[in-house]
Amino acid sequence: MTEAIEKRDEFDVEIKGTVGKPFADDPKFESRNVDVFYGDKQAIFDVNLDIAKNEIVAMIGPSGCGKSTYLRCLNRMNDTIPICRVTGHIKLDGEDIYDKHQDPVLLRARVGMVFQKANPFPKSIYDNVAYGARLHGLTSNKTELDDLVEKSLIRAGLFKEVKDDLHKPGTGLSGGQQQRLCIARTIAVDPEVILMDEPTSALDPIATALIEELMIELSAKYTIAIVTHSMQQAARVSNRTAYFHLGKLVEVNDTDSVFTNPEHQLTENYITGRFG
Amino acid sequence: MPIKFLLITLLALLLFGYFIGRKRSLALKANNGGAKKTLHSLPKYYGFLVSLWAGIPALIILLLWTAFDTTIITSMTVSQLPEQTQQLSQDELGLLMNEIINLSQADKISDVSANDAKMLIKQTAANNFARFSHISNLAKTVLVLVMALMGLLLGLRYIRAETRARNYVETAIKLTMMGCASIAILTTFGIIFSVLLESLQFFKAVPITEFLFGTTWSPQTAIRPDQVGSSGSFGALPLFVGTLLIAFIAMLVAVPLGLMSAIYLSEYASQKVRTVVKPILEILAGIPTVVYGFFAALTVAPVIRDMGESMGFHPASESALAAGLVMGVMIIPFVSSLSDDVLSAVPQAMRDGSYGMGATKSETIKKVVIPAALPGIVAGILLAASRAIGETMIVVMAAGLAAKMTVNPMEAVTTVTVQIVTLLTGDQEFDSPKTLAAFALGLGLFMVTLILNVISLHVVRKYREQYE
Repeated sequence: MTEAIEKRDEFDVEIKGTVGKPFADDPKFESRNVDVFYGDKQAIFDVNLDIAKNEIVAMIGPSGCGKSTYLRCLNRMNDTIPICRVTGHIKLDGEDIYDKHQDPVLLRARVGMVFQKANPFPKSIYDNVAYGARLHGLTSNKTELDDLVEKSLIRAGLFKEVKDDLHKPGTGLSGGQQQRLCIARTIAVDPEVILMDEPTSALDPIATALIEELMIELSAKYTIAIVTHSMQQAARVSNRTAYFHLGKLVEVNDTDSVFTNPEHQLTENYITGRFG
Repeated sequence: MPIKFLLITLLALLLFGYFIGRKRSLALKANNGGAKKTLHSLPKYYGFLVSLWAGIPALIILLLWTAFDTTIITSMTVSQLPEQTQQLSQDELGLLMNEIINLSQADKISDVSANDAKMLIKQTAANNFARFSHISNLAKTVLVLVMALMGLLLGLRYIRAETRARNYVETAIKLTMMGCASIAILTTFGIIFSVLLESLQFFKAVPITEFLFGTTWSPQTAIRPDQVGSSGSFGALPLFVGTLLIAFIAMLVAVPLGLMSAIYLSEYASQKVRTVVKPILEILAGIPTVVYGFFAALTVAPVIRDMGESMGFHPASESALAAGLVMGVMIIPFVSSLSDDVLSAVPQAMRDGSYGMGATKSETIKKVVIPAALPGIVAGILLAASRAIGETMIVVMAAGLAAKMTVNPMEAVTTVTVQIVTLLTGDQEFDSPKTLAAFALGLGLFMVTLILNVISLHVVRKYREQYE
């Protein structure tokens, strides 16, 4: 036990930079020197990471390692927490999203988010999906809106199950269906990036499999960043995997090489189940 | 023994029962070599069981005896009265019994110096009454204590390994709680029933259609047949119109102000502001209504009159507007505090979901937070409305007494509650239509608030189904 702790301390010293392939040729998101503070406490240290267009990046790491915090920086969801402060640069298509002139509301329409706990609004299934479209005035009449709702539900793989119940409350669906409803709601706004914060952690294996399939389908059109506790999930769906440890980005690489041939000792310890 | 001491003795017996029961069960366990599974329940449950056995039957007897002994003693005393006295009418007999009871409680019961025959009868009856009371009291004490002791002994016999003491005790606790809940319900039914009965009396004198649809309210009835001009007219419509007018004005003030301040407090205000402002807002609800009343009558009403006059109206110096405005301020906390609670209870995940789709704060509040909190908000508003309809002091002072049928807020109107107050204050006959009218008004008021409650329940249930 003591040995393990000592080892860990030893490794902390080693996290100087990120090993592997943190940068991409065709980046959607570029993060440079990102630090995040909650009050006086620093949660994220100097993260440099690119997310390429149409790729799925998985972020793994033990609880409290900062992976969710980092994810929430990408659409400025952290702005809703008063004590949270972000420094460094995050660029979306070359534009700094933390620039003074950026409107976080517009940003969030481009960078959608699916949460750990399915959080459909207390409205009908139809109104849930139509919510974003109505907010942003994406459709001009009822027929277009109907079409959009149907298309989004089809793309989220939920339409068949709910087509007769569109006006029943979204909260009456099962957990997996609710999460797919949240995905449908998110893609109805036609974002460019979808952030997923442990989207399947509350679901059974069958619902999880459905959503993982969905992610792979969606990656044809969208860039996806997913935080997950399941290493199998990361291995199944992602192109690249980023390993976070105590607020630092330790290693990023193609998913296969992270799981078969990790460069960093900490990554190896985590994926082989030695801690975490 | 006075009831005080009887109760103390009983309590002591119960305590004794508890400890001896507990001790017995511990002894039983020790006899068995302290094996873990000797007793079904923990020793304290055996103690409670013994207490229950000692207490419940004794208390039931005590209650029943106390409830019925006066009736029985009275009828026994009456049966000892001379024949022709017993032939008296019910009312006269009741009067006589009152005198006898008073006499029996006076100091010199055995003063037989009265040579008046009637007085002698009363005196004898009073002596009888006192004697019966004494016997009854003694019998009660003995019976209750014997019952308690017997129960205690019986309870001790039940301390056996297989007795499921915990289950019995828990059942007894459950029944007690059910009893408490039903007392509240029964009281409500009792009040409704008595109001209903008196109202029926009233409707015998005044047709219900006249009461409900008549437009003249002038409850002065003739006390002597030769009196003129006080025939009494019981059309309650102006009162209900006045009540609803004032309540409507009050809601017009309270709902927007209350709701807006609730939204500000729960969504925009910092934690610091919230902890200071919310209690201050709630103080509004703690100001006595009589204070609001004279504030309305002495401060607000003159201002309204002056302002109205400067604008070319001629408002009465007591007006529905003054009462309604002040009442509105009074019920703001009902709306704001309850709404603030339900708004704050909407989960953060709901808000995050909305922000995550690119909604602004105000869009999120309008489209997600308020709809999710709507059942609670509606409940708060309807509570405030019931409060406004039932409010009395402000309207007594600021709205006037004239039963005028109008929806003009500048005029003096009167409300149901004000009329109930004026009908029942002062010396009154309690069987004239005038006083009975108060019960009918009360019934009407109750009906209105009942309907409001039913509506609110309906709204809440409807949105629950949709929103959960």
